[in-house]
Amino acid sequence: MSGVRLLVGTQKGAFILTANAKRTKWDISGPLFAGWEIYHMNGSPADPQRLYASQSNSWFGQVIQRSNDGGLTWEAVGNKFAYEGVPGTHQWYDGSQRPWEFKRVWLLQPSLTDPETVYAGVEDAALFRSTDGGQSWQELPGLRAAKGHLWQPGAGGMCLHTILFDQGNPKRMFIAISAAGAFRTDDGGQTWRPINHGLISPGELPDKTAEVGHCVHNLATHPSRPDVLFMQKHWDVMRSDDAGDSWHEVSGNLPSDFGFPIAVHAHEPDTVYVIPIKSDSEHFPPEGKLRVYRSRSGGNEWEALTKGLPQKDCYVNVLRSALAVDTLDSCGIYFGTTGGQVYASIDSGDSWNPVVRDLPKVLSVEVQSLS
Amino acid sequence: MIRVVLPQHLRTLAQVGQEIELNVQGDETIHSVLAALISKYPMLNGTILDLNSGQRRPFIRFFACGQDLSLEPPDTPLPEAVVAGKEPFRIVGAIAGG
Repeated sequence: MSGVRLLVGTQKGAFILTANAKRTKWDISGPLFAGWEIYHMNGSPADPQRLYASQSNSWFGQVIQRSNDGGLTWEAVGNKFAYEGVPGTHQWYDGSQRPWEFKRVWLLQPSLTDPETVYAGVEDAALFRSTDGGQSWQELPGLRAAKGHLWQPGAGGMCLHTILFDQGNPKRMFIAISAAGAFRTDDGGQTWRPINHGLISPGELPDKTAEVGHCVHNLATHPSRPDVLFMQKHWDVMRSDDAGDSWHEVSGNLPSDFGFPIAVHAHEPDTVYVIPIKSDSEHFPPEGKLRVYRSRSGGNEWEALTKGLPQKDCYVNVLRSALAVDTLDSCGIYFGTTGGQVYASIDSGDSWNPVVRDLPKVLSVEVQSLS
Repeated sequence: MIRVVLPQHLRTLAQVGQEIELNVQGDETIHSVLAALISKYPMLNGTILDLNSGQRRPFIRFFACGQDLSLEPPDTPLPEAVVAGKEPFRIVGAIAGG
């Protein structure tokens, strides 16, 4: 059956939402791992039946779950995330240095080619890799060597929340950390360098030349054009045309350029989506209107997409990992809110429908396109 | 045979009921009970003791026979009633939050 499978992580468990290619009728299963926070759940591009989930809570710590049958059954796999060597220290809010301490896994990104290989972005920020299906995890310590002693937590914690692969160059990856910035490796993860030139954050980071310390919220790219990156920063929507070597602002006519997620259309590399919220102090949509904004010109010119979305008295947020696009012919766009709604558009964002309205706070949404 | 009561979330994770029974090798101590628990239910590894530090997780408490054993050394012998199977060793998720 061709169709889609939405993997929804919430504050109180995981849900799997499935539909055929028409995407008009949905089956909802869950909660899986009821009562636990599911920061992220993701499927292997190489084997869609292989899923990974990050399960955690403040009492019992981190658990990693794995499924080999598309989420019907699960098994707990390895959950030891030990920093390589002497962990060292990073910057703390008061300017002092504080030892790295593992807190949770924010993101699980399976390899494009091998279901057994999966990357984990963790808090305190570091990148781990498993090559045995999540049974064991090894840090890629070269990342923290990229001025890690200067990284500092954002309000949500010092988390590595974004991992992007370059489909044409397996040695190249991009990651992003709050509040350290974006980083790139060109040697398969051994060494990394900050790619934050052009990011300007006068409110948080007076030093315009600072290589790290930028509060990057999310990155997105299109597989056909891996050197073009889009970024939702704390404030500002940014674009790079040289794989992150330099950035320029493309916020254009957005009502607010503050937000968390950003995504690129599956078939149109210049079509970009953001969901602005009012400000860093007020994490809800401007004017109480839930609007997805779409640019079909790679930024700067944005149009509000409102059909089917609440246009009054709406004060939810959409978190950084809660926006996803499928790869069906008519590209589907999906997002989940802190109010527990999951919305779907099957026409590239022109119109929206709620898939489900009353889940717990949605932390993440991923979509698998099934053939 | 040592009886152990787990908190709800760990019962779900281990797919067991409220109370389980464990065969403990050697002296019956907090440490040996936890070791037997993890040996039988490896999915609980790291949920009671931190995997990196080996220390009890902050919101986990140990109780038995009306006593809080949370701060006792790991090699503390368990109360006779727990060793005899008359009372359970309780692993508790502390009440915390709002």
